[in-house]
Amino acid sequence: MNPFSSGTRLRDMIRAIRSCKTAAEERAVVRKECAAIRAAISENDQDYRHRNLAKLMFIHMLGYPTHFGQMECLKLIASSGFPEKRIGYLGLMLLLDERQEVLMLVTNSLKQDLNHSNQYIIGLALCALGNICSAEMARDLAPEVERLLQFRDPNIRKKAALCSIRIIKKVPDLAENFINPAASLLREKHHGVLITGVQLCTDLCKVSSEALEYFREKCTEGLVKTLKDMANSPYAPEYDIAGITDPFLHIRLLKLLRILGQGDADASDCMNDILAQVATKIESNKNAGNAILYECVGTIMSIEDNGGLRVLAINILGRFLSNRDNNIRYVALNMLMKAITVDAQAVQRHRATILECVKDSDASIRKKALDLVYLLVNESNVKPLTKELIESLEASDQEFKGVLTAKICSLVEKFSPEKIWYIDQMLKVLSEAGNFVKDEVWHALIVVISNASDLHGYSVRALYRAFQTSTEQETLVRVAVWCIGEYGDMLVNNVGMLDIEEPITVTESDAVDALEVSIKRLNSDLTTKAMALIALLKLSSRFPSCSE
Amino acid sequence: MMIHFVLLISRQGKVRLTKWYSTYSKKERSKVLRELSGVILTRGPRLCNFVEWRGLKVVYKRYASLYFCMCIDPDGNELEILEIIHHYVEVLDRYFGSVCELDLIYNFHKAYYILDEILISGELQESSKRTVVRSVAAQDSLVEAAKEETGSTISNIIAHAAK
Repeated sequence: MNPFSSGTRLRDMIRAIRSCKTAAEERAVVRKECAAIRAAISENDQDYRHRNLAKLMFIHMLGYPTHFGQMECLKLIASSGFPEKRIGYLGLMLLLDERQEVLMLVTNSLKQDLNHSNQYIIGLALCALGNICSAEMARDLAPEVERLLQFRDPNIRKKAALCSIRIIKKVPDLAENFINPAASLLREKHHGVLITGVQLCTDLCKVSSEALEYFREKCTEGLVKTLKDMANSPYAPEYDIAGITDPFLHIRLLKLLRILGQGDADASDCMNDILAQVATKIESNKNAGNAILYECVGTIMSIEDNGGLRVLAINILGRFLSNRDNNIRYVALNMLMKAITVDAQAVQRHRATILECVKDSDASIRKKALDLVYLLVNESNVKPLTKELIESLEASDQEFKGVLTAKICSLVEKFSPEKIWYIDQMLKVLSEAGNFVKDEVWHALIVVISNASDLHGYSVRALYRAFQTSTEQETLVRVAVWCIGEYGDMLVNNVGMLDIEEPITVTESDAVDALEVSIKRLNSDLTTKAMALIALLKLSSRFPSCSE
Repeated sequence: MMIHFVLLISRQGKVRLTKWYSTYSKKERSKVLRELSGVILTRGPRLCNFVEWRGLKVVYKRYASLYFCMCIDPDGNELEILEIIHHYVEVLDRYFGSVCELDLIYNFHKAYYILDEILISGELQESSKRTVVRSVAAQDSLVEAAKEETGSTISNIIAHAAK
């Protein structure tokens, strides 16, 4: 290339680094390059400044320190040429962040570039400012950015809009200044300007109640019309995704409408028709359509109640829930959790599908479904729901068992209608996943059993039976052992039989054998053995014939 | 709905692009990369594209050998982020002509230029792929034009010196 060039080209450096076989090799190459770059910097080399910064950025991405290159960014930005500014601003955004003081030095260059005759340079400045400016820079340059919201080129207006968002986030006091210019952007036709303008208004509403009231009063109708136009728009190849014109704009409009409609009956009223149209007409077979529907459901749930719309929304969620796509089901579960506060009954109707999701192969979905089921439980449905959850317990993997067990125990304790049901459920859980049951839980079970004097016989017999089949569950063994110790005589003599029980023949020596097994079993830890010994002690006074 | 950061990670865990729209210190950035790489690279292929991580959500999608990841707030629209990721990928494809990971390695600065025409401050800037590609191409032309100018100056000097 250039016969006078010294040092490697960017391409060559990258190739050299990639062909390194070890980390040490790579470090050596990087060190050599950095040394050359450092030398060039101290000599104030103009010709290769551009290339050197590009190299530094690559080296930075590999994780090496490159702070010595920060001033180079500033020098490039201060150069007059477009290529230098382009790479200079990129370097600035990559190598610096808002907390560095060096950044302040760019403010003057930025100010000049925001007023440049070349609009691409204005664009570079707006981009850099919008991505990393500090609060002080935001304050300094806000007037320039505000002015650019009305620049002749829409590509600049859209960048200025997003830059304004960062400014009002850094300096919320400045929000007022942006309200009017932002509102004008909403009346434009250019999609980029609309998308960014709508986003700016949305963020203004979040930091300024004055902005919220203004947009609500003056802009709601216009926004509804814009969304209508989008929804009814004929095929537009430039913006079409999966048969929908500009899904991104659809979604942003729906978000802003949500904020404007929330807590305000009139605004909510104004948007009912278009929300119904979007909810019913948008096709649900591609992700873009579903993304819009998802947003639409969110909006419907947040604004003031319109019975019909809510039903539409929950139905969409119901459909999402049975979709084979994991993403859609995940998103549906998410939304349903929010929908519970709004219409718990409607969500209850989808209980069966939600329970299916607890057995899903995707861990993210299982967890979300379980969280949702937990919120759905009440006194009237706790029995069937617990039954389903325990069935899921049998099919679930080790990782999930812990979470599921904890949730089941919590539910059972909270909503248990009768003691006997509580004991039954706990027994099932202990048999299936006793090893995951926490200490407080099985302690509580013992307390309940001991307080339920009419159930002592039942409990000990049930536990004895369970013990025969599930000795690998430690906590089951412990509870069984405790009960046998306490109520061994009831076990042997079938005392306090309930109608539902089948008689069981257990001799005194059977009971003692059970305790012996507990002590001898390989996985029994100290607690279990200790409990078994104490139980034996108790039995020795009750079963004098077996005393040895 | 703000995107906090964008990451492009290869299947072997190499970082190809990082863009931070929220404030993360150098240490925090390394931590994010380490943790997320671990979580995302080990997820099975048929699972959903969303991971809950440190109170935030990360939406990711794999394209050939690269994972595109974007981090959002928990109340963000995950499905839309998938579309934004796809939007970026399609623009890269149009620009490079059937893009592959190697293109993004040797032309990483171009990948950033393109991203900067799609997102600013973590928000979407332009929904038209055509507009994005045109804008980047126009700026590329400005760079080419400037090179030619410098080139002719140097050759003038050489010609002059050779006389």
